[in-house]
Amino acid sequence: MAISDLLGGFADAITPVNLLFALLGVLLGTAVGVLPGIGPAMTVALLLPATYVLEPTSALIMFAGIYYGGMYGGSTTSILLNTPGESASIMTALEGNKMAKAGRGSAALATAAIGSFVAGTIATLLLALVAPTLVEVAINVTTADYFALAVLAFVAVASVLGSSPLRGLAALCLGLYLGLVGTDVLSGQERFTLGIPQLSDGIDVVVVAVALFAVGEALYVASRLRKGSVQVIDHKGSWMTREDLRRSWKPWLRGTAFGFPFGVMPAGGAEIPTFLSYATEKKLTKHPEEFGHGAIEGVAGPEAANNASAAGVLVPLLTLGIPTSATAAIILAAFQGYGIQPGPTLLTTEGPLVWALIASLFIGNAMLLVLNLPLVGLWVKLLRIPRPYLYAGILTFASLGSFAVNADPLDLVILLALGLLGFAMRRFGWPVAPAVIGLILGPIAETNLRRALAISDGDLSVLVDSWFSRVVLGLALLALVGPVVLRAVRGRRPTPAEVQREQEEDREVQRAAGTGDWGASS
Amino acid sequence: MPLTRRGFLAGALALPALSTVAACAGTVVQPGDLSRLRMMVPASPGGGWDTTARTLQRVIQQTGIARNVQVFNVEGAGGTIGIGQLAREDDDALLMMMGLVMVGAIDTNDSTTRLDDVTPIAQLIAETELIVVPADSPYDTLEDFVAGWAADPRGTPIAGGSAGGTDQILAGLLAQAAGIDPIEVNYIAYSGGGESLAALLGSQVAAGISGTADYGPQVQSGDLKGIAVSTAERSNQVPDVPTIIESGFDVEVTNWRGLMARPGMSDGARDDLIALVTDAHDTDEWAEALDANGWLDTFQTGDEYGEFLAEEETRVRQVLTEIGLIQG
Repeated sequence: MAISDLLGGFADAITPVNLLFALLGVLLGTAVGVLPGIGPAMTVALLLPATYVLEPTSALIMFAGIYYGGMYGGSTTSILLNTPGESASIMTALEGNKMAKAGRGSAALATAAIGSFVAGTIATLLLALVAPTLVEVAINVTTADYFALAVLAFVAVASVLGSSPLRGLAALCLGLYLGLVGTDVLSGQERFTLGIPQLSDGIDVVVVAVALFAVGEALYVASRLRKGSVQVIDHKGSWMTREDLRRSWKPWLRGTAFGFPFGVMPAGGAEIPTFLSYATEKKLTKHPEEFGHGAIEGVAGPEAANNASAAGVLVPLLTLGIPTSATAAIILAAFQGYGIQPGPTLLTTEGPLVWALIASLFIGNAMLLVLNLPLVGLWVKLLRIPRPYLYAGILTFASLGSFAVNADPLDLVILLALGLLGFAMRRFGWPVAPAVIGLILGPIAETNLRRALAISDGDLSVLVDSWFSRVVLGLALLALVGPVVLRAVRGRRPTPAEVQREQEEDREVQRAAGTGDWGASS
Repeated sequence: MPLTRRGFLAGALALPALSTVAACAGTVVQPGDLSRLRMMVPASPGGGWDTTARTLQRVIQQTGIARNVQVFNVEGAGGTIGIGQLAREDDDALLMMMGLVMVGAIDTNDSTTRLDDVTPIAQLIAETELIVVPADSPYDTLEDFVAGWAADPRGTPIAGGSAGGTDQILAGLLAQAAGIDPIEVNYIAYSGGGESLAALLGSQVAAGISGTADYGPQVQSGDLKGIAVSTAERSNQVPDVPTIIESGFDVEVTNWRGLMARPGMSDGARDDLIALVTDAHDTDEWAEALDANGWLDTFQTGDEYGEFLAEEETRVRQVLTEIGLIQG
């Protein structure tokens, strides 16, 4: 039944006019995904008036394009410029940018594009086929379970701590602290806002990521320009090699397996699955030495995870009428604009429209691939721009994105202050990734822990009340102490090759910092 | 250089989005010219204020009352960043959407700009609040629920929207009316109707409070039990659910929304804005929008609206103080 409904959806969605709107949607989505600060939610909101003149199918097909395009566009700047456009593409920057610097930018972009397509297609198929069953399970995920997932994700941070765990943990704590700034969700009290009203909603993750990654790097590069010659990035190969493909397909599928369920969970989000995917790929890879220096698995997995979660988000939206992301909320508003009441009966009362929306997701996804693969060659040429111009461009770009959200100059001050921090961290060899992860995970863990304890009125046993949280916490414990125990039991010393690698990494840290390779070597 | 052109292309595509946002930097408008109007939503896109503003935008443009209406968002701090910006504006053709939540937020955020610093234009609509319990809850009526609640307030978690918002205010007022110390209310704040809905469907909390738009469909489908609505009369969205007053508690709350304008404007400019909003209110399109969204028509303007605001401020401050969200 679902298949015939879906085919009906395709019949509604594939008309020349609708294809044009899909193209417009993915173009716009890619553009706003590229620009940090302006997200797909804002774009769809600005285009809501279009619903007054457009057919429902045309408008929804365009919004679906923006939604998927935004998820995709964020990865391009992550990889090439170390400037994540969306919080879900932060993990992509880690390996992706290293690949770009090693001249393998087009392979990174290609694996991101194809991985997004594969994950998006599988996840959309799952959305069409198993949505109602899955959502029943997802709805029973409790706040205590979300806390357990956050704990598991914290363990995954170990994989990005860099060669000095102490510096890595210090950076993590810095991120946790930045995450405290703002209004406490449960009590409504302000914390560490210094009386500045603009800080009362906390510091935007994207602003922090852009400041620490991009602005910090731009300042660092500027500080080194006079010393010695700047190496020109040598660009090798145009697309993925057979070897790249062989190393990418499993991470794509695993990333999809992480991303989709998190999207379905009402408070799952797109970030945690990218962390988990990255950590998993690092554990499973046959090339652990490449992690931290541009491993393709580290791009393929998280990219697939974030696109799969984007499709997962539509499950609670279409089956229960629950919007769990900002973009989903606005797509819901678009439904309302057509006089359609969202809710548990949406799929039965407005079946054809919902199926047309799902069909348009497939179309948008395919269009993104067709649009982006040929552009890969063009995008990577961006790196040939002489460094001073390139980094000046990045600074402009980052500032524009931060300013555009609220048109408030204070956002620029925050960006620059954190950018200086990012510069200092880079200069003294502190990895920045743990800080950004701490900023994202800290509030998730705190809010869910406190919510769970408030619901149980302080009874700690609520944290291990469900099978779900027991299994997840068990996995976290295993991942944390397993390697230590194994090492102790075996009494094994590091091999000469590993020692040499550690030393190289230490040198790397002093030279440029960034992310290293601690924690997965055992 | 195809490459830079490509970059410009991306920029050009993002431009429409940007220009609208950037437009709040100032539009040149002749005094009294309301054919171009700007409307500030002091919250993120997709929320209640945003939906109301964009609905009004559609009605004004479709009926030709104004040629061009721009809606832009200034997010943050329960709307107090927006009201702070409004206080510094000198544009007469600018309206700011606001509502009950802002009244509380001004106190909890200790905002330097208060409601009486800006010019009240009109109250537009109100939403009914709906109190629900999970489908497997032992309670079927508000009286039963309150009896259980009073026996063990800490063990009766109530889910709702952000701290200090309409939902928590209603929880506090109901507790007062039922003889429960408001500070004992175990209120679990979620960031939106969607998240608390998931907690209710999973029976993680004892009850939930949100707008009829958020919980109504679930009550209709039987996935949640509606036990009371907060308005004086029943809501046509959930006609079987009794009011709080019917259930024997003297509490009435509406989640109202209205419009404000810049401080220090001339009486003439204020009257022009009121006339424009009144014209929009009198259209058939607006009536249809009210109906489609389940909004109550609580239209009032100018000084009458200003007095209403002052009363709400007193009531909200008192209950938020008793809940413990604001000190003395």
